[in-house]
Amino acid sequence: MADGAPNQRVDMARALRDAGFTALLAFALFLPLIGFQTVTNIRNDLILTTRWPLLFAIVAVVGAGRLAFSLVFEPWLKQRTLRPVAAAPAGWRAVFAKWFTPFAIGFVIVYPPLVIALNGFGGAVKWIDNFGIQILIYVMLGWGLNIVVGLAGLLDLGYVAFYAVGAYSYALLAKTFGLAFWVLLPLAGILSSFWGILLGFPVLRLRGDYLAIVTLAFGEIIRIVIINWVDLTNGYAGISGIPRPTLFGIPFNADDNGFAAVFGLEFSPLYRVIFLYYVILALALLTAFVTVRLRRLPVGRAWEALREDEIACRSLGINTTNTKLTAFAMGAMFAGFAGSFFATRQGFISPESFTFLESATILSIVVLGGMGSQIGVAIAAIAMIGGTEIMRELDFLKQIFGPTFDPTQYRMLLFGFAMVLIMIWRPRGLIATREPSVFLKERKSISADRINEGHG
Amino acid sequence: MEVFLQQLINGITLGSIYGLIAIGYTMVFGIIGMVNFAHGDVFMVSAFIALIAFLILTTWLGITSIALALFIVLIVAMLFTSLVNWVIERLAYRPLRGSFRLAPLISAIGMSIFLSNFVQVAQGPRNKSTPPMVQGEFVIFTQNDYAVTLSYKQLIIWCVTAVLLLAFWYLVAKTRLGRAQRACEQDQKMAALVGVDVDRTISMTFVIAAALAAVAGTMYLMYYGVVSFSDGFVPGVKAFTAAVLGGIGSLPGAVIGGILIGLIETMWSAYFSIDYKDVAAFSVLAITLIFLPQGLFGRPDVEKV
Repeated sequence: MADGAPNQRVDMARALRDAGFTALLAFALFLPLIGFQTVTNIRNDLILTTRWPLLFAIVAVVGAGRLAFSLVFEPWLKQRTLRPVAAAPAGWRAVFAKWFTPFAIGFVIVYPPLVIALNGFGGAVKWIDNFGIQILIYVMLGWGLNIVVGLAGLLDLGYVAFYAVGAYSYALLAKTFGLAFWVLLPLAGILSSFWGILLGFPVLRLRGDYLAIVTLAFGEIIRIVIINWVDLTNGYAGISGIPRPTLFGIPFNADDNGFAAVFGLEFSPLYRVIFLYYVILALALLTAFVTVRLRRLPVGRAWEALREDEIACRSLGINTTNTKLTAFAMGAMFAGFAGSFFATRQGFISPESFTFLESATILSIVVLGGMGSQIGVAIAAIAMIGGTEIMRELDFLKQIFGPTFDPTQYRMLLFGFAMVLIMIWRPRGLIATREPSVFLKERKSISADRINEGHG
Repeated sequence: MEVFLQQLINGITLGSIYGLIAIGYTMVFGIIGMVNFAHGDVFMVSAFIALIAFLILTTWLGITSIALALFIVLIVAMLFTSLVNWVIERLAYRPLRGSFRLAPLISAIGMSIFLSNFVQVAQGPRNKSTPPMVQGEFVIFTQNDYAVTLSYKQLIIWCVTAVLLLAFWYLVAKTRLGRAQRACEQDQKMAALVGVDVDRTISMTFVIAAALAAVAGTMYLMYYGVVSFSDGFVPGVKAFTAAVLGGIGSLPGAVIGGILIGLIETMWSAYFSIDYKDVAAFSVLAITLIFLPQGLFGRPDVEKV
């Protein structure tokens, strides 16, 4: 205790100095963009206004945060590293691992009735549509991209291109030829995977960051073509009036032959939402199931071998060209499914929905989830998409910050910030341990630091 | 012929801006092997800082001399943007050094999303246009009623770029910092062993990259007179293309690559289709990486087992 006290005081001085420095830095950093605001006045001239209170509030928050960090968080961190690690109860963990997946699948299946029971018919649409369907689309896209990035180790930043191909194939074919959703779904998948192979061919020799940038370029090229090929795609204006899906030919509308009338129910838009929810749930589970099975097939093992070491792979006689192309094709196919689902759900598509930001979102879901981990990807999708959707619901913040405060405009801001924070916190993603697909005698999960060393 | 000459002038101007941004990509990639995805957005932030500084100088302080105002704006933008990039490196990239390969890339993508949305929230989503800063032009010659002109602002961009590139070349080739930088580029461990402060050198690399991006941002604002929060992405990718075309890691390559990309873009717009000018730039990127991965001036990447 005796020598602890002066130590404490020294720490206090250092903490104050750090906090002061950080506040000063924050002041300089935010001075131009927060301190001043450019606004257009009535004569359409650009003029400046100042926001000193906001600037000083932010500086104070940053300074106080730094102080709290060095006084509370750092000692806690130090203490935690000093304390011997309590051995986790192994039995509990095994039980959790065993029952988590069935429980999660059960939960998503009973989710719509549950929400209806809790919120009533009117309130449930938002929860099933904005949260359920929206998250499931990203879970499916994440699982699809997981094949390319997580299993085959090919970094793809243009994944949204295949999503767009799927969406536009469905929209155009359904509107031009009047074909049904269930006929076009596989067709959209095939077309997308065809594009996956087409774009995969030229980039076979590239790897890592270079591959990422070229796939990004391809994604942008497809988007620009969609924007400018007005005769086919209607350009920026997009395609509207895309046919909605039917249940074995029964449409979900208020007509006499509609779903509600046929089953003798009162008409409600909720039925279509619930139907769409189960469609995307089935598609997502199909993606997960196919991926799990593929990992046991030679092609899946070749993907994982390719991810670990391409040269070793080639020297063992694995055809890396085919392996890479099948990964691209499989990933693109699921994106095509998701795309045609997206088109039928929205009823309207435009190039706005297929920007680079979408690709970055999907890739970040895969990486944040821990590449290759199906459950990790699902958790990351729930956290990132659900988290940003929840921002829409925070109306109570209006009472704190005044009626002009709009939480939705901070969605992407916090999304980007969260990406950086999660990467610093867990560079390997949320679920960094890896279950090997092939094992000798005993299944062991491989921890993150061992993966870093090249095991697994 | 006269259209070609005019597009040549326009292309070199645009290319100078790309080249200045491309140096930032190539330096950071050379030293820590990471594609700094947020660099395009740092460029956009610098254009906003320049815009605000310009408005303060002209509307509040009433400076009437445009030359003086531009000079101060340039210095202010370089200082603040350098600070921004220094903080970004400390917060988002340094903790990830030596970590898993994809982590810094994802962190940089997150930073890029953060920066563009921060500017959108802080300054509003609308395009910000300034009154023309520099007007007037030289008419070089006239043919068939088509005057080939070199505007004053283009001339300013050429001169500023040339002067800064000379200063930058001196910094890298002749100073202690430049030597430390080249040492870290070759072998960080060895550089650390002989007494180079690697962390500080990497920080300084980000600072220099940001300062050059700020020059590009100021020139961009002066040239087009308009900037918006989403203006970072496409110039960023094109500048990256320039860095790849010139051979990533090569500084003269970045500048020449930038000018080539600028020329390809303006010539494509003039002779083919202006709607597809971005497709031209992106295709160049793909074609270069596929057929000439080491670029024009880069060292071939030898893979050792």
